[in-house]
Amino acid sequence: MAEILVLVDHVDGAVKKVTLELLTLARSLGEPSAVFVGNGADAAIATLAENGAATVYVADAADLLLHPVAPKAEVLAKLVADKAPAAVLIPSTAEGKEVAGRLAVKIGSGVITDAVGIDADLTSTQSIFGGSVIVKSKVSQGTPIITVRPNSSPVEPVAAAGTRVDVSVELTDSAKKATTTNKVEESKGARPELTEAAIVVSGGRGVGGAEGFTVVEALADSLGGAVGASRAATDAGWYPHQYQVGQTGKTVSPQLYIANGISGAIQHRAGMQTSKTIIVVNKDPEAPIFEIADYGVVGDLFSVVPQLTEEVGKRKG
Amino acid sequence: MKIAVCVKQVPDTWAEKKLDAGTKTLDRESVDGVMNELDEYAVEEALQIAEANSGEVVVVSMGPEKATETVRKALSMGADSAIHVQDAGLAGSDALGTSLALAKALEGKGFDLIIFGSESTDARMSVIPAMVAERLGVAQLTFANNVEVAGSEVKIKRQTEYGYDEVTGSTPAVVSVVEKINEPRYPSFKGIMAAKKKPVETVALADLGVDAGQVGLGGSWSAVVEFADAPPRAAGTVVTDEGDGGVKIADYLSTQKFI
Repeated sequence: MAEILVLVDHVDGAVKKVTLELLTLARSLGEPSAVFVGNGADAAIATLAENGAATVYVADAADLLLHPVAPKAEVLAKLVADKAPAAVLIPSTAEGKEVAGRLAVKIGSGVITDAVGIDADLTSTQSIFGGSVIVKSKVSQGTPIITVRPNSSPVEPVAAAGTRVDVSVELTDSAKKATTTNKVEESKGARPELTEAAIVVSGGRGVGGAEGFTVVEALADSLGGAVGASRAATDAGWYPHQYQVGQTGKTVSPQLYIANGISGAIQHRAGMQTSKTIIVVNKDPEAPIFEIADYGVVGDLFSVVPQLTEEVGKRKG
Repeated sequence: MKIAVCVKQVPDTWAEKKLDAGTKTLDRESVDGVMNELDEYAVEEALQIAEANSGEVVVVSMGPEKATETVRKALSMGADSAIHVQDAGLAGSDALGTSLALAKALEGKGFDLIIFGSESTDARMSVIPAMVAERLGVAQLTFANNVEVAGSEVKIKRQTEYGYDEVTGSTPAVVSVVEKINEPRYPSFKGIMAAKKKPVETVALADLGVDAGQVGLGGSWSAVVEFADAPPRAAGTVVTDEGDGGVKIADYLSTQKFI
């Protein structure tokens, strides 16, 4: 069966969910091999094997970690040359897309980003213009490189060998020209990452101020979700900019999206309207976001949302 | 210090975008074009770095004749001159073709910094800065929410999901900046008048030594097979809060097995 390379997204060996989604997706295309770059391979291999990785290529030389983006592209380029896989799948994160871009130039292959599905013949489905148009695209040159959005595929564990194969690469000079000198964490508590979260709870203009976001955060925490914000809220400085969902911010596609006090301008809808289930709380019955709601409540979010948070707590016991 | 800032004309962020049925590429004719919003931050960053380092700023843009408006806007904000890569053969280029044409337009000109917005609001691939860095073999310092330049050393804060990474490199370097890194200036009346006299060099594929077969729709290494409007979302239920709105949502979430 054709080999499909899947680049592993992880933090020191803790494998992110999107990787397991890609391994599941890769099984419908051929035989998945995981490509692990960085520290913590031993812990990761167990998880990858449980999720269908027949082979785990490991590149863990110290110099690979010193430089952003380029080393991952060089490891993948070497594997493409040595193994001639049928395709390379990469999580569609900011870094993943950059790795895909450099790899495409390096190996002379076409690249498709932000796929939400891939057919057996490697035709990719993309949801563009904020989810209003569905496009099917195909790479016509080289080894198809496809980045896939988080939450595009279920995770279906299946045991596989997970055979470790070490890979060493001699980094090019140009890959060493940027150096990571420090990693600074300023994430908020234990919440999941916005783009990967299965549940996202967002606040907009109707939240009224930075302190109003405590209501939104409390609901997110009761559901184990991430917090997002509309551009109106981030522009006003009520919530940090990196949590902005929308055309100029993050694109999310969670199982559940709860929009609180967000009117639903195209700017915002473009970043969230492919969410599977959308709940809306807004006091303006004319707000356009109600058009895409599966369930909406016209009312004051400061009474509806705390009540919902309490209810969730009760029902979860 | 010589700084290039790459800008792209895109359909107005607020406009409804369409694909052309024939070429299956973005229909750029039927909508108003504006400078890609994220590129405004790139222009501002370039101007600020140039002001602090007695540098010059050259606008570089690839696009049809209409993109002149976006080039002029960058000049009216304060950039010194422009290179407009314009050739009918470029229409429909994929990211590989675009990055090739840009890299050819940028190389050999002595740029210390090449600054981009982190993505365009139309294609949203976010790959061009990385591809250009790869093609030119220079440092890639991308997704910056802060840029510090000291002589030939460039230090950025690379925005990440968990915070930021500090990444350093030497010039020449490719930098991309994220939204809100700065507050882009509005062109002044004086700036708009001055922009009309600033030099804009128009270059074609032949000037860049790029073969027409490497770019454009025909040279693309990926292509749209088919497209269709997304099916509309099924109409949902909307109720008015009568003191039990939160409970009602919880009921709905229970039926959907979220809680």
